[in-house]
Amino acid sequence: MPRPEFPQVRRMGEASLLVSFDDALSMRANAAVLAFRAAVEAEAWDAVEETATSLKSVYLRFDPDRLDHATLEDRVCALLEARDWHEAGLPEGRRLWRIPAVLGGDHGPQLEEAAEMAGMTADAAIEAIAATRLRVLTIGFAPGLPYLGQLPDAFDIARKTELTPRVPKGGLGLAIRQMVMFPVETQTGWRWIGQAAFDGFRQGADAPFALKAGDEVQYRPVSVTEYEDAVAGLETGLDAMAEPLE
Amino acid sequence: MSVRLHIVKAGPGLSLQDFGRPGYLASGLSRGGAMDPLALAEGAALMRMQAEEALAIEMAGAGGRFRAEGGDLLIALTGAPMQARLDGARLHWPGSYLLREGAELEIGGASAGSYGYLSVAGLDAPSILGARSAHLAGGIGGALSSGTRLDAQPAPNAGGLTLTAQDRFSGGLIRVLPSVQTDQFSDDARGRFEATEFRKDARASRMGARMAHDGDGFSQDGHLAILSEIIVPGDIQVIGDGAPFVLLPECQTMGGYPRIATVIAADLPRVAQAAPGTALRFRFVELEEALKARAAAAKHRKALPDGVTPRIRDPHDIPDLLSYQLVGGVVSAKAEE
Repeated sequence: MPRPEFPQVRRMGEASLLVSFDDALSMRANAAVLAFRAAVEAEAWDAVEETATSLKSVYLRFDPDRLDHATLEDRVCALLEARDWHEAGLPEGRRLWRIPAVLGGDHGPQLEEAAEMAGMTADAAIEAIAATRLRVLTIGFAPGLPYLGQLPDAFDIARKTELTPRVPKGGLGLAIRQMVMFPVETQTGWRWIGQAAFDGFRQGADAPFALKAGDEVQYRPVSVTEYEDAVAGLETGLDAMAEPLE
Repeated sequence: MSVRLHIVKAGPGLSLQDFGRPGYLASGLSRGGAMDPLALAEGAALMRMQAEEALAIEMAGAGGRFRAEGGDLLIALTGAPMQARLDGARLHWPGSYLLREGAELEIGGASAGSYGYLSVAGLDAPSILGARSAHLAGGIGGALSSGTRLDAQPAPNAGGLTLTAQDRFSGGLIRVLPSVQTDQFSDDARGRFEATEFRKDARASRMGARMAHDGDGFSQDGHLAILSEIIVPGDIQVIGDGAPFVLLPECQTMGGYPRIATVIAADLPRVAQAAPGTALRFRFVELEEALKARAAAAKHRKALPDGVTPRIRDPHDIPDLLSYQLVGGVVSAKAEE
């Protein structure tokens, strides 16, 4: 099959469109996705009821009783052609989160294995992870679960075929140059490399979802004691981890 | 003192459901809500309440035992018909009833379909992200357990109404539209997908339902490499073993399996309601047909309040028939359907 041209606008059933900027993940395509979604939101098109992003696509849900597919597709295509969305820059209002985390040991029992697959020692892996500013590429699968990327090339390691049955809330998974941070206890194929003091989904809060796609995250390796203190203070301490990004 | 519904004995799959909470896909939360939204609207119509405010107990497969506390409650039974008795007397389904203080309502297994609904007038629960429904997979609320007491309103009327329920409990032909990977499936795979009679797998949940079938799977070469993408209820993924898997209201929001089609919104409750083992077939339709079906479903739902009628008592269901004066002709001998 010939490689499709991007961006690509496709119908997803009777009330949705999917605008894809690539069929593989790249930081560049993901930046275009974030910029384009912000532009669609700014247009505030009547009858467009929801937008969201994946690693490489923008999703639009609309009311087909009030807006027909062809009209919306024309609007989307016109907006796509208005500029090169790869060069548009990331949207405003993003934040940088510095999140304390225990990496390795009992709190990240598969870090050694991940480091070995990446061809380095556990200490070197911790250092490399802590040195990387990761972008929230998208949020999904479970409420408030961020996909963070990208780690250096060495971390392009596959997911495990056997699932780890219970990774606790705040657990950090690593695979394919990405990390995930579980908002609830989860069964996963991602290698469990650490435990972050973070609450990605606070049901009662005014802003229940702390992270937004486009935010950045940098993990700060801490001792178990420091991690436990940070977890205990999460209710008030979460917002203090964030600063505005320019 | 407030009026409450006491769940004396909860069946295994009870949860509070409304029309869900759309709008949180960007945060990883699917819309959730009732598997059969029409049943909520029917419940509201039977109680002469507004459908928008509907909140009901969704019962997967079977109900449980319930009692009114602190006053009389107005209830409605809709969705998959279940064996229901009020202080021993059999109840007609769908219908609205007065549940008198202390009276016990017993709801057994479904005789068709999967999800029955017990609506209670004025049923209340805390709103989280704009809705009161439980999202079990997302960790919002939870399954209702024995001993739970739910706040409600004193009965605003005495019930006694019924309606003719649209059949969505028996599987059958499900209309689908193309999804984003449909054109990556071969003509042969798409043809077989339409020609195959599937059976709903018994392991279905609020998240989705696997479609079992005999013969080859529907996987295509190269499909393992698909990068995770946004998925929504109705989408039909072809999972690792080659079987189609229909996503239901509480699905995850990202999936890496290719999608062969997506079920039109009007037909999704038929997939959700089909009992385990029920036969289902899929047929691709044009967008126009999907939109027509959507409009027809909306019209049907809007007209529900006009379609409710007083329930005529079936003598068969009256436990102490001999104590009634029948000669006066006040009881119809004709079973109402």
